[in-house]
Amino acid sequence: MKSRVLLAVLSAAAALLVPACRRGGGDEILVGEYGSLTGTTATFGQSTHNAITMAFEEINAAGGVLGKKVRVIVEDDQSKPEEAATAVTKLINQNHVVAMLGEVSSSRSLAAAPICQANGVPMISPSSTNPRVTQVGDYIFRVCFIDPFQAEVGARIAWEILKLKRVAILSDVRNDYSVGLQTFFRQTFKGFGGEIVAEQSYSEGDSDFRAQLTQIKSANPEGIYVPGYYTEVGTIARQARELGITVPLIGGDGWDSPRLWEIGGEALNGCHFSNHYSVDDPSPAVQKFVSDYKAKYNQVPDALAALGYDAAKILADAMKRAGSTKGEQVRDALTGTKDFPGVTGTITINKERNAVKPAVVLKIENGKFVYVTTVKPTG
Amino acid sequence: MTTFLQQLVNGISLGSIYALIALGYTMVYGVLRLINFAHGDVYMLGAYTGYYLSRKLKGSEPSLLGALVVMLGAMLVCAIVGIVIERFAYRPVRRAERLTLLITAIGVSLFIENGAQLVFGPDPKFFPSLAPRADFIVGGVRLTSEQLTVIALSFLLMLLLRFFILKTRTGKAMRAVSFNLDAAKLMGISTDRIIAITFALGSALAAAAGVLIGMQIPKIDPLMGINYGLKAFVAAVLGGIGNVPGAVLGGLLIGASEVMVVGYLSSTYRDAIAFGILILVLLLRPQGILGRAQKEKV
Repeated sequence: MKSRVLLAVLSAAAALLVPACRRGGGDEILVGEYGSLTGTTATFGQSTHNAITMAFEEINAAGGVLGKKVRVIVEDDQSKPEEAATAVTKLINQNHVVAMLGEVSSSRSLAAAPICQANGVPMISPSSTNPRVTQVGDYIFRVCFIDPFQAEVGARIAWEILKLKRVAILSDVRNDYSVGLQTFFRQTFKGFGGEIVAEQSYSEGDSDFRAQLTQIKSANPEGIYVPGYYTEVGTIARQARELGITVPLIGGDGWDSPRLWEIGGEALNGCHFSNHYSVDDPSPAVQKFVSDYKAKYNQVPDALAALGYDAAKILADAMKRAGSTKGEQVRDALTGTKDFPGVTGTITINKERNAVKPAVVLKIENGKFVYVTTVKPTG
Repeated sequence: MTTFLQQLVNGISLGSIYALIALGYTMVYGVLRLINFAHGDVYMLGAYTGYYLSRKLKGSEPSLLGALVVMLGAMLVCAIVGIVIERFAYRPVRRAERLTLLITAIGVSLFIENGAQLVFGPDPKFFPSLAPRADFIVGGVRLTSEQLTVIALSFLLMLLLRFFILKTRTGKAMRAVSFNLDAAKLMGISTDRIIAITFALGSALAAAAGVLIGMQIPKIDPLMGINYGLKAFVAAVLGGIGNVPGAVLGGLLIGASEVMVVGYLSSTYRDAIAFGILILVLLLRPQGILGRAQKEKV
């Protein structure tokens, strides 16, 4: 572990020292993508990568960007933050990419963002929701909402939709995303007048949650907020039911994976989570995306796919408006993104480089994510 | 109080798993004075064998018979793996320095871990339900059939092992080898055969632990052996390495204290407790709780 941290530090240092000597060139535009193609959150990276590939195929078929074809070079970070730092360093210094797409997980985006910022390579995270990600610097953007809002939606699910007054929280202490959601959820839910009866934690990669769940059970909550990723959430749901906990679980977009149901199964029935879009949305843009994606990959696209698609399209749009692939100009064009018609809604990038968008609430019923309602951001 | 008892049940079922793995460490140490670092990975292989066997049986309803077939199959496969590891990795260097043997063990461990990622893929897999489920509630404490199976089966296997070591000729030979390898050889004991049997037994127990954890958790991944292996090693040292009842006691203690720490303190200290205990034991009682000069070694 120590050696990995050291490696990450070294590669970050190397990134600072070695100036990028060559960018793009030829008749191709090189875009880097880093993501979790394998590991505990493998479906996050795979969905995002599928959608990004599809987006650029469409763009290239329509004539490319600035008369050139776009080529995506993807690096697998194995669901590990230290590997994410290595991956972007390689993409920038060896492949000389002009822009970066990734990551889903906030911890991994936070590991990579300082390297992109230092090299002046614009980075768009499709779906990292922790506020700190874009605070790294003015080259870091995202096309999704952020956690204070997502946690508010979680609190609304508990308070308004499920009418719960006593809620417990079980979060992943080693995950920036999960800790962020926990903090904001606690604040908002207490603000509504609710009570947090127990707070327990685990670490990503744990597989036995019985001790925490037993403590939670003894506090007798009416619901449990579990702001984690699908691998752990599915396991937690199963073990909770085995311990006789029958109350609903509530979560965020980290739940969104085709594998969630495979892992948790019936234990997840009646659970709710906040997400970026719903496949049931009747809007033509969503339905076209869903049917194209299904035709290509034989799978229903999750929200991470939709956001990956939007991130790629927004990047291409910014390059076109900038008339250049130079980091600085693309950055300025990205900052000016306004009312972009994306699959996950109309996207405007605000001055904190975040997207302001509504969230949807989904309910799990026999393996299906059923649309419940849409929550708009206030103010 | 109910919560405490429930945590105790959780702790014992986790501890039984540690105990089963710890037995393999302690037996191999007994005969070869070797910390077999690849042992945790044999446990992982056991879990994966169980996973693929149960997928083969899929289609049939979860049944006790099916679970038994999966368990025995995994134990058999891992017993063979254990023999192969001993034959091709450890036997050639058995007469070399202790350090050579130790480094070989680490090498075997890395080989299995990375090989498994290549063959099975690095993504976690999830066990299907093997046995029909039922819950029992005793005085407010909920016992799942998985937990009961884990606890009962672990103790049954440990009793069988004890019987084997104390009452059979092969067991007697194992004790002789652990007492003095060369003297045992002079007495006409085929030490190579006894060492191979020791590896086979230890690996089979680890495989049983792997299948049991798959039934209980139910997540398995190629690196799952590292953490469980380390904790089981600590359990073996805690109980007195080389000592069979000690390994069981150590496993249960580590399991119970880990669950209590997570439940009543914080999950962040989950691993710290096992290694804290290890340091304390090494400082205060280096021979372990049950480790004595006059002891039953394997």
